[in-house]
Amino acid sequence: MSAISADIIAACARVLAGPSVRWVNCRPSSRQRVYFANHTSHLDFVVLWSVLPRRLRAKTRPVAAKDYWSSGLRKRIAVNAFNAVLVERGDKIANGDRLAAARHTLDMLLEALGEQNSLIVFPEGTRGNGLKVGPFKSGIYYLWSKRPDVQFVPVYLSNLNRILPKGEILPVPVISHVTFGAPLRPDANETKDSFLAKAHDAVCALRDA
Amino acid sequence: MNFKLDHQMFLILNVVIGGLVAASVVGYILSRRVKSDDQRATIDNLNARIRAWWIMIGIFSISFLIGPAGSMVLFAFISLLALREYISLISTARADHRTLFWSFFVFTPLQYWFWYEGWYGLAIILIPVYGFLFIPIRLALAGETTGFLDRAARIQWGLMVCVYCISYAPALLTLNIPGYQKQDAKLLLYLVIVVQLSDIFQYIWGKLLGKRKIAPAISPNKTWEGFIGGIATAVALGTALWWMTPFTPLLALCLSLAAALMGFAGGLTMSAIKRDRGVKDFGNTIEGHGGILDRMDSICFSAPLFFHLTRWFFVTHPTWLR
Repeated sequence: MSAISADIIAACARVLAGPSVRWVNCRPSSRQRVYFANHTSHLDFVVLWSVLPRRLRAKTRPVAAKDYWSSGLRKRIAVNAFNAVLVERGDKIANGDRLAAARHTLDMLLEALGEQNSLIVFPEGTRGNGLKVGPFKSGIYYLWSKRPDVQFVPVYLSNLNRILPKGEILPVPVISHVTFGAPLRPDANETKDSFLAKAHDAVCALRDA
Repeated sequence: MNFKLDHQMFLILNVVIGGLVAASVVGYILSRRVKSDDQRATIDNLNARIRAWWIMIGIFSISFLIGPAGSMVLFAFISLLALREYISLISTARADHRTLFWSFFVFTPLQYWFWYEGWYGLAIILIPVYGFLFIPIRLALAGETTGFLDRAARIQWGLMVCVYCISYAPALLTLNIPGYQKQDAKLLLYLVIVVQLSDIFQYIWGKLLGKRKIAPAISPNKTWEGFIGGIATAVALGTALWWMTPFTPLLALCLSLAAALMGFAGGLTMSAIKRDRGVKDFGNTIEGHGGILDRMDSICFSAPLFFHLTRWFFVTHPTWLR
């Protein structure tokens, strides 16, 4: 049931967003991956998921913010249909609890990855205006440091902010583009800052690719 | 507005399909003969275009056979897709969002609904008058002043070209020409055939003989040889098809010439936009052709003139021809 409704939602999103997909120095693969992308619209994870080959979709789980996606229709879409992992956002939590919350989030992501799954994450943590890719939160670095065997694939989503920007309910059918880039190749001694800079650059580079 | 599949319509659809079969055979033979990579690319593109023509003619014929509602719905969708390609290519601002929503989902359906109901007076002023006024009002309400006139003009222009102008093609079904009742569908088919043949023969003559560029600053592919050969061929075929229209052969010649010239002007104008935006095509919806708007640019510009000339001579001033 949930797989079918996810496919239906994805098909609608594809009609609405008309995504053109490019794989630059990267091919679809059943290897475990973390797709990390810029974030401008609620449509982002649906469109990214929908352009993956069908055989990969069932094992690819979006990571979404718990404060937004955990009730009513949103929950039905995110959790029931797409099997999303809902996580707390650091800036929505009181200062003292942040460390514990971050640990808990990381554990959830590691569990969601497991031995077979892939994840879709938006390391900016919030939707931007589509002009500039905001700074990345550190969660993706900690995820990599625990699971360096997983491929981290940068994705640039363009025009989705024009379809359903922050603060709008009604969509406008603009043609969007999804560009997948080559998996990151971090050095073994990567620091948090250098890893995040590398990841950020990889996404930005796809904007002009 | 009425519809009947008469023997002329049947005949012309068969001729079109026959022509397509011939094109496919030629394309196949050419693909067996190519030697250089350069030729290979051209012939592959030619064959992609011919394959796409099969699909386009298939969709067009089905909507045609459904009747006027089918044609209206088809062209309404074409308008939506064309407007989408246009809006995607030009830049719009965040504050334009709701105005764009109105353009796509209110003005476009209304335009085609008015034509479908045969409300000529409303259909011809909806976008040029009320859309024209509504768009800047809605943008002003959104409260963003940066590039205001620019943004309003872009949206107005898109609605005019992609919705208003294209809608004149199925509007031919509403003409109700005395002595030609229930046959209007052939007029739409005639316009599409003449204008598309003009495009196709401009491409063919340009590839075969093209040397002197007609507008080097806008399009490197448009040549004088292609222009003259394409228009002449389309006008000759348009004149030869006078029997499917209410026109005399002479009038068929004049109207196909007007349609083909406007079609060329449409291609040129839309190329100027693409050039300005630094792209070759509006999209990649139709294999080998580019986007919907790349295929419709000539219809956008020729349909309004063809509609109004036909209406003038056959509906409002029929005595002029006697």
